Amino acid sequence: MISRRDFLQVSMAASAIVGGSGFGNWARLAAQQSLTQDQLLEFDTFGNVTLIHVTDIHAQLKPIYFREPEINLGVGEARGRVPHVTGAEFRKLYGIEDGSPSAYALTYDDFAALGKEYGRVGGLDRVATVVNAIRAARPDALLLDGGDTWHGSYTCYHTQGQDMVNVMNKLAPDAMTFHWEFTLGSERVLEHLENLPFAALGQNIFDKEWDEPSEYFESYRMFERGGTKVAVIGQAFPYMPIANPGWMFPEFSFGIRDERMQEIVDEARGEGAEVVVVLSHNGFDVDHKMAARVSGIDVILSGHTHDALPEPVLVGETIVVASGSNGKFVSRVDLDVRDGRMMGFKHKLIPIFSDVIEPDPEMTALIDEQRAPFADALSEVIGQTADDQLLYRRGNFNGTWDDLICDALLEEREADIAMSPGVRWGPSIMPGQEITREDLWNVTSMSYPNAYRTEMTGEFIHVILEDVADNLFNTDPYYQQGGDMVRIGGMGYAIDVTKPQGSRISNMTLLKSGEAIDPAKTYVVAGWASVNEGTEGPPIWDVVESYIKRQGTVSTAPNTSVTVTGV
Amino acid sequence: MKFSRRETLALGLGAAAMGIMPFRVNAATEDAIAAFTGGADMGEGGLTLTAPEIAENGNTVPISVDAPGAAAILILAAGNPTPGVAEFKFGELAGSHAASTRIRLAGTQDVVAVAKMADGSFVKTSSTVKVTIGGCGG
Repeated sequence: MISRRDFLQVSMAASAIVGGSGFGNWARLAAQQSLTQDQLLEFDTFGNVTLIHVTDIHAQLKPIYFREPEINLGVGEARGRVPHVTGAEFRKLYGIEDGSPSAYALTYDDFAALGKEYGRVGGLDRVATVVNAIRAARPDALLLDGGDTWHGSYTCYHTQGQDMVNVMNKLAPDAMTFHWEFTLGSERVLEHLENLPFAALGQNIFDKEWDEPSEYFESYRMFERGGTKVAVIGQAFPYMPIANPGWMFPEFSFGIRDERMQEIVDEARGEGAEVVVVLSHNGFDVDHKMAARVSGIDVILSGHTHDALPEPVLVGETIVVASGSNGKFVSRVDLDVRDGRMMGFKHKLIPIFSDVIEPDPEMTALIDEQRAPFADALSEVIGQTADDQLLYRRGNFNGTWDDLICDALLEEREADIAMSPGVRWGPSIMPGQEITREDLWNVTSMSYPNAYRTEMTGEFIHVILEDVADNLFNTDPYYQQGGDMVRIGGMGYAIDVTKPQGSRISNMTLLKSGEAIDPAKTYVVAGWASVNEGTEGPPIWDVVESYIKRQGTVSTAPNTSVTVTGV
Repeated sequence: MKFSRRETLALGLGAAAMGIMPFRVNAATEDAIAAFTGGADMGEGGLTLTAPEIAENGNTVPISVDAPGAAAILILAAGNPTPGVAEFKFGELAGSHAASTRIRLAGTQDVVAVAKMADGSFVKTSSTVKVTIGGCGG
């Protein structure tokens, strides 16, 4: 008799083969210039339940470029474990050929050259085509949105998320969970929830005053699909009031709350759920840990840390699925649910190559309708990149977009040191490409954009760096917040990621003088995205637009100011 | 033992780094536990302490304790200048042996709970609560 674990492992192997036939072949197909939509969507429908996962779209309605990280370090048990594998090692792990479409979609190397060949990715009209095709094969497939949907663009900011709500309502998910949505402010979030035609989930969203589950969100929703009961439990981003301004949503409390997750799983099973899915915005390492601590979860659809994995990761008997960000991927997971349990699965991470997948015309029209009132502002060209200048953000320590933003802060705000938040959203700009206002807003748009200018002592700057480093490199993922290291302009430092909090950061140096940072001395610091209420200063997009306009053609110096050890 | 100047500098840096290490259990905490247990050995299990991994606001951190059958539960914030938080006593007819409160934490530290069970034995558990100045998410 084959145990359930054996079934899962057999399925894992089957998934790997699907991955192989899907991913591995693309290199050859692309070489023949014959990569087609049918190949991207090819999938032998399996079992009786289909899940479609999208997450961390960050309001990217139109196709974009998006470079995956070069540096993505894991610490503790996660050291060297996916998703903390990048570049050539990632390709080796999954059998991906150099220069292939999947190398372009999933790794960072040769990004500018491969981008010319394979073009942009994403676009919710292409995502709609993929979703429709899956629904054609399995009409009752569940579409689940992991959140970070109503944030991240010019139009999303100016409509306070209405553009995304309109477009997603047409895509018609069955459920959603949340993170950046809350930075619209409680009032606006509740307005959107009132008219939401699908489930708003979050077992860990609590009423702060009464310390009990919030009345505005369901912990889970039970769906009848393929003759079986599927429970979908929501897990919102646990550290919202810490990583984002808590004063914007003071009525709510979050946290991981994995004891309650266990209670909800047990409750759902008690109600007859044969398969339990968690729609999560925990981040991958937190989900990995939670999968090991909470029993009875079959599938975790993982969001927040923007990882894209061509195969699920098996933790005990739970599969963890990571579906990338910015509309670049859609995951399809077919499940065989029988006799009250998940007996097997089949999975495919579908990259949305925008030149290969036909846009859905109705969705294109709806997207264009959202953008029309802002067309002039969006399309205004404010500068361009130099012929050898790629602008990207993702990576643990710095990205060229952030280098540019820090350069702008140092110059426009006349500061010694600049700080830019280590967020993981924001598309890339190719060398020699025009930079429009839309492009700039794609990497800066938020509801707390004020670029402050303040004085900090060397000691306080050290405390900030240690604090943020611990949010990223604490060996216990439950103490991590996701995101990357705060980006620093005008100052260099060394970091040993294996040290405990308080002793990771050393050799802080003021770049303009070459002198060591003096703990007692005061420095002028410019930054943005402060979580403190009442932060003053012009919005960051105005600061950077002014800088780019003055530069005309932008170019950033290679950043060698951070020395990383312990990797 | 002799140190070279370089080693002495390295030690100095280490000591400076210690200054902002998270607060850990201090002597006052040890004393408070000793006063509660009378110096008896403490076991594990049967006592659940629920606290957030990262505090949303260090000034008001919700925690709860639950120890079925306990006669009393002591709660200490091991890194606060004054570690004592609360001591809950449960009568013989108590329907549940659980309590919740909100506490103020001076910084990242261990919250410690010790329960005195009905048979006079003691159990201890602790949980690290991180107090952070915040950052930026994905």
